[in-house]
Amino acid sequence: MGKIEWAMWANEQALAAGLILLTGGIVGVAGQFRDWEFAAYAIAAGVFVCLLEYPRGKRNKGTSVERTGQYCFTVCVKSFGPLTRNYYVRAFLHAAICVPGGFILATVLGCVCLGIASLIYLAAAIRGEQWEPILPRKESARKPVGESIKLPPQNPPPRPPAEMRRKRAEDLEAASYVNPIAVTANDD
Amino acid sequence: MTSSWLDLQVVWMAINIFLFLWFYFFYDLGDQFFYTRHILGSALAWARAPAAVLNFNCLLILLPVCRNLLSLIRGSFMCCGRTMRKQLDKNISFHKLVAYMIGLMTAVHTIAHLLNAEWYYNSRLGEYDDLSTALSSLDDLGNTTFLNPIRSTTTTPTLLVFTSVAGITGVIITLSLILMITSSMEVIRRSYFEVFWFTHHLFIVFFAGLVIHGAGRIVRRQTTTDPPHNTTFCKDRIDDWGKIQECPVPQFAGGFPQTWMWVIGPMVLYVCERLLRFIRSMQTVKYRKIVIRPSKVLELQLVKNGFKMGVGQYVFLNCPAISQLEWHPFTMTSAPEEDFFSVHIRSVGDWTQKLISIAAHQCDKSKMGVDGPFGTASEDVFDYEVAMLVGAGIGVTPFASILKSIWYKFKDSNPKLRTRKIYFYWLCRETHAFEWFADLLQLLEREMEERGMGNFLTYKLYLTGWDQSHANHVMVHADADTDVVTGLKQKTNYGRPNWDKEFEQVRKENPTSVVGTFLCGPAVLGTVLSKKCVKYTDVDPRKTKFYFNKENF
Repeated sequence: MGKIEWAMWANEQALAAGLILLTGGIVGVAGQFRDWEFAAYAIAAGVFVCLLEYPRGKRNKGTSVERTGQYCFTVCVKSFGPLTRNYYVRAFLHAAICVPGGFILATVLGCVCLGIASLIYLAAAIRGEQWEPILPRKESARKPVGESIKLPPQNPPPRPPAEMRRKRAEDLEAASYVNPIAVTANDD
Repeated sequence: MTSSWLDLQVVWMAINIFLFLWFYFFYDLGDQFFYTRHILGSALAWARAPAAVLNFNCLLILLPVCRNLLSLIRGSFMCCGRTMRKQLDKNISFHKLVAYMIGLMTAVHTIAHLLNAEWYYNSRLGEYDDLSTALSSLDDLGNTTFLNPIRSTTTTPTLLVFTSVAGITGVIITLSLILMITSSMEVIRRSYFEVFWFTHHLFIVFFAGLVIHGAGRIVRRQTTTDPPHNTTFCKDRIDDWGKIQECPVPQFAGGFPQTWMWVIGPMVLYVCERLLRFIRSMQTVKYRKIVIRPSKVLELQLVKNGFKMGVGQYVFLNCPAISQLEWHPFTMTSAPEEDFFSVHIRSVGDWTQKLISIAAHQCDKSKMGVDGPFGTASEDVFDYEVAMLVGAGIGVTPFASILKSIWYKFKDSNPKLRTRKIYFYWLCRETHAFEWFADLLQLLEREMEERGMGNFLTYKLYLTGWDQSHANHVMVHADADTDVVTGLKQKTNYGRPNWDKEFEQVRKENPTSVVGTFLCGPAVLGTVLSKKCVKYTDVDPRKTKFYFNKENF
């Protein structure tokens, strides 16, 4: 299991947890459950987690697959710099966010799922993984043309060997040529 | 072929809908649940209907992954035509579909029970009407039985869940389900297979919890008493319960847990499946030859007693030296006519890398387990007079098996082979990882020339990943007789094929034949090819006809 990037799985788990937290919160509020305030919190927390986790990070190895329309989220998340880049921060953040969810039944599942996501992020952080944004490749991906192309040629053009180039005595007609420009002596 | 897959989905969905509606109305209209509904409303039915659908789908989910069982069924359906057998190859797609349904129904079921728990709780605390309170106070003492599973007034819904069998198992199995689903996302499955595979074994926890989930019998129905308790009459006479003839104290009982009846069969089948895989892994597999091909491709030629394969099938390989538990699928590259079977393994992940390094160090003492063969043998190919075979990228692998088999059959004048001409289109970014395939084509090319059958196979290679240096290289060697990139006599083309031109050429060269087109590659290409097949098929039955076969290798 050496090459696993735990963050990729943590991300899926956290996104799922966000959705579950959100759903549980909606049920709690809509059903006017006892202690519905926790459910209201869960809605806010769920939305926040979903927004944070929606943009996938760039993989270290291999091609990264973006989620549909994640670019604007990527830009937002990227703007928080080290807070969102570092997975220790995310691990502790998720652990903290999930706690109030454990107080009412409707959000308990979301709480546990987010807790698990937090643990996986911790594992990712310990292994030194980081969140890198997936940004569109710049146009200069093409290999830059070397500078030497701007200099005049150093070598003569390739030609067949001298023997073939030499004018033959038998074929004087073919050997001669007509000067396109009149040649005049150089009058200095 | 696709229509039977569609049929299966339609039948499956119809059964789901039927079960949902049947059980919804059973719980929403049944008299025995009148009092239960008084407290819970329609949330009772909304919890029980998905439960029935869940029972059905948990039964189904284990079946598509019993690949040995499916092979057995497929074998006995040899006579019943290929469409039935192809259906069985949609197993993983079906497994995923059923899994989505399980996920969806779990969500509905859980939400409904959240409401139930809350309302039972409120009712117990006397927050609803008198009838509700009276029903909730019925206790399990002497000659009364309870309706409301919340027996005490000092508990909470959360506590109810965590102190009841149904609650605890519910949470555990839902958690297992969520973990299984998140680790099965395509991103995870394709890149970190081990995470997916090991987490997926939580299904054992899932099924164990599922079977005892109903043991607490907390869904209560009214039982018939003697004399009977008429709900319509008695519901407004709470104070008279037990005092008048018509209204004895109502009695309740929980439903008998039924889930185990649905899932026990498939669970047994699955255990048999895993046992069979284990037995097969113990069977001796001998190495006939181990070759390291260019670009670190490992060719393994293996021999196993009683192993019979068809073209285009795949096997699962297990190497205990690397991992006891991992089985990885590989398409076979040998033909059934050969007395061994072979696979070509590229280094694409941890497991394959380790296998290649073990093989490189001549460790043919290491045991190998083989399970299979699986997959539909692509026998259709032999039925067509003219075959157009398109292999894209790694999709070229099954064609190694097919081309070799066609060649063997042709040499032996096998009557099963109707093919007289093959057009093979090989599309890849670069041939680097498939030099072994180029070698195979070269070999076939040579053999055919020797027998004067140079026209039997026409192949074209399309390099879709060319760059300037490639083009320069080709320009300088434009006069060479063989292709500079692959060494093949037939030239390499750059970029994607112009399918219109290709189909025109095939039609021109075979004005009266039936042409079968086979693809192993991306679905997008399949759509393009099937459209071209329709476009170039002549209405006149005497002229060329193209048939597109989407093989799921």
